[in-house]
Amino acid sequence: MNTLVETISRGDIILEFSYLLAAIFFVIGLKMLSHPDSARRGNLWAAAGMLLAMVTTLVLHREGDPLTTVKTGNLIIILAAIAVGSVVGAVVARKVKMTAMPQLVSLFNASGGAASALVALIEFSNPENQSALVTLLGLVIGSIAFSGSVIAYGKLDGKMKDIFAKWMSYVNLLFMFAVIAGVVFLMITNAPMETKQVLVYALLGLSLVYGITFVMPIGGADMPVVISLLNSFTGIAAAMAGFIYQNQAMILGGIFVGAAGMILTLLMCKAMNRSLLNVIIGAFGGGGAGSDKEAGTIKEVTVTDAAVLLSYSSKVVIVPGYGLAVAQAQHVCNEMEKLLESNGVEVKYAIHPVAGRMPGHMNVLLAEADVPYDKLVEMDEINPDMPNTDVVVVIGANDVVNPAAFDDPSSPIYGMPIIKAYEAKNIIVMKRGMGKGYAAIENFLFYDEKTRMLFGNARDSLQKLVTEIKSL
Amino acid sequence: MDTILEFFYANKEAIFIIALTIFLGIEVISNVPSVLHTPLMSGANAISGVIIIGGIILVGHADLNNLNQGSNLLNLILGIFALFFGTLNVVGGFVVTDRMLEMFKKKKK
Repeated sequence: MNTLVETISRGDIILEFSYLLAAIFFVIGLKMLSHPDSARRGNLWAAAGMLLAMVTTLVLHREGDPLTTVKTGNLIIILAAIAVGSVVGAVVARKVKMTAMPQLVSLFNASGGAASALVALIEFSNPENQSALVTLLGLVIGSIAFSGSVIAYGKLDGKMKDIFAKWMSYVNLLFMFAVIAGVVFLMITNAPMETKQVLVYALLGLSLVYGITFVMPIGGADMPVVISLLNSFTGIAAAMAGFIYQNQAMILGGIFVGAAGMILTLLMCKAMNRSLLNVIIGAFGGGGAGSDKEAGTIKEVTVTDAAVLLSYSSKVVIVPGYGLAVAQAQHVCNEMEKLLESNGVEVKYAIHPVAGRMPGHMNVLLAEADVPYDKLVEMDEINPDMPNTDVVVVIGANDVVNPAAFDDPSSPIYGMPIIKAYEAKNIIVMKRGMGKGYAAIENFLFYDEKTRMLFGNARDSLQKLVTEIKSL
Repeated sequence: MDTILEFFYANKEAIFIIALTIFLGIEVISNVPSVLHTPLMSGANAISGVIIIGGIILVGHADLNNLNQGSNLLNLILGIFALFFGTLNVVGGFVVTDRMLEMFKKKKK
C-alpha cells in the first residue's frame, strides 16, 4: 500500500504548505501595515509572501498527464515576462512624483484587473475548466476594475473631465443588467463552444464599457473612494481565478484584499458622511449649492499684510489641500512653519481625512517635507480649537473647509464633516484663482468677512511669505 | 437549485475560507489611523496582484509544441500579457508602498 506522500509527491505537499505560509504572510503584512511603527516591515512581509508563492509555483506546480512541473521553455518565457514587468513596475514606482502617487496606485490596480480578466478569458476556453461561473465572474469583475481604474487614473491625472448627466445613471443601470444577463445567459445556454467563445468576448467588451460608464460620472472628492472600491474588485477577481485553480493562496489573498478594500471604502464614505450608494449614483453635478444666494465680495490681502498677520499671531492652523500637492509646496510650507515657530507662533496642520486625492494624501506629502507627526492634527481634534485660532491658512483646499457642508442642506456636500475654518478669528485662503473646488460647488468661506484671499500658485505665494516674514 | 447546492458542496472548503477571510479582512483593517490609509490601500493593491500565480500556472503549462493548434498561440500571448500586468501590479505596488513608508520612517528621530 502506498503512503499518501508517495501518491501525491512531496513537492505537491510543500507547494500547498508554501501557499499556507504565503497567506499567513499576507495577513501579517497587512496587519503590520496598519500601524505606523511596523508599516514598512509589513509591506516587506507581504512582498515576501508573494515571492514565496511565485517561486514555489514555478518550481513545484504540476499539471497535465503525466503530471509534469513547468518545462524549461515555458520557464524562460515566464521569467522573461516577470523580468520585464518587474523592471517597468519598479522604475515607474521609483521615478514618479509624490503628487502623482494616487494616479499610480490606480494604474497598478488597472494592470492587476487586466491580468485577472486575461487569465479568466483564457481559462474560459479551457475544456478542463469546470468552474464556468467563477471564470465569468473573474472576467467581468477584472475588466470592470481595469477600465474603471484607467478612467480613475485619467481623472486624477487631469487628462479627463467629469462628465455627468442624469441619463448616465440609467445607462449605467442598463449596462449593469446587460453584464449580469450576459453571465446568466452564458451559464445556462447550450450553445456550442464556438458560439460561447464569441459571446465571451462580447461580455468582455460590455464589462469594459461598464467600467468606464461606472466611474465616468463619479467625480469630485469621491475619487479616493472609487480607487479603494476598484482595488477591492481586483482582489475579488483574483480570488475568482483562484477558484479555477483551486489555489488557496489566490483565494485567500484575493478575498482578504477584497474585504479589506471594501472596509477601507466604507471607512472613507463614513469620513464624508455619505453612503457608498450615494457616492456611486449620486454623482456631484455642478452648481447645486446656493446658486440663488448672494455671493458677496472677495477681499484680497497683500503678502506683506499676510506676513504681519501671521507673525503676530499666537496660534496658526494650516489647512493643506490638493493645491499644495499640485504646487509641490510642502517644503516651503514647512519652511514657513519653522520660521513662524521660531518667532514664537504655535503652528499646527489640520488634516481632513479626504483632503487631496486620496485619504492620507496630505500626511504622505507633509511627511516628505519632514513635518513632524505631532504637528499633523486630525479634523475632530482640531475643530474644538478653531475659535481660539488666530489665523487659519487654507492652502489649496476647498471643499473640506466649505461651510455649505454644515449650513446648506441643498448642497451636494451637505453633511460632510469639515474643518471649521470659518470659526477662526482670521482666515487666509491661498488659491490659484476663483475656480471652484473639485466638487465644483461655490465656497462661501471665501466671501466670509474674516477671509482674505491670496491668489497665486501656492509655492510662489508661500515663498514670498517666507521672504516677507524674514524681513519683518 | 440543485446546481447551487452542488456548487456549495463542491467548493465547501473554499467557501469556508472566504467567509472567515472576509471577517479577517474587516478585523485587520478596522482602527487604522488615516495617516496610513494611502500606503495601506497601495499595499493591499499589491497583494491583489496574487493573480500572477494564475499567470504562472497558465503560461507554465501552455503546450509550446502545438502552438498552431486552435487558439493555443493566442492564449499563450494573452497569458504572457497577464503575467506582465500581474508582475507590474505586484512589483510596482510593493515598491511604491515602500517608497511612501520610507518617508514616514525618515520622520522618526
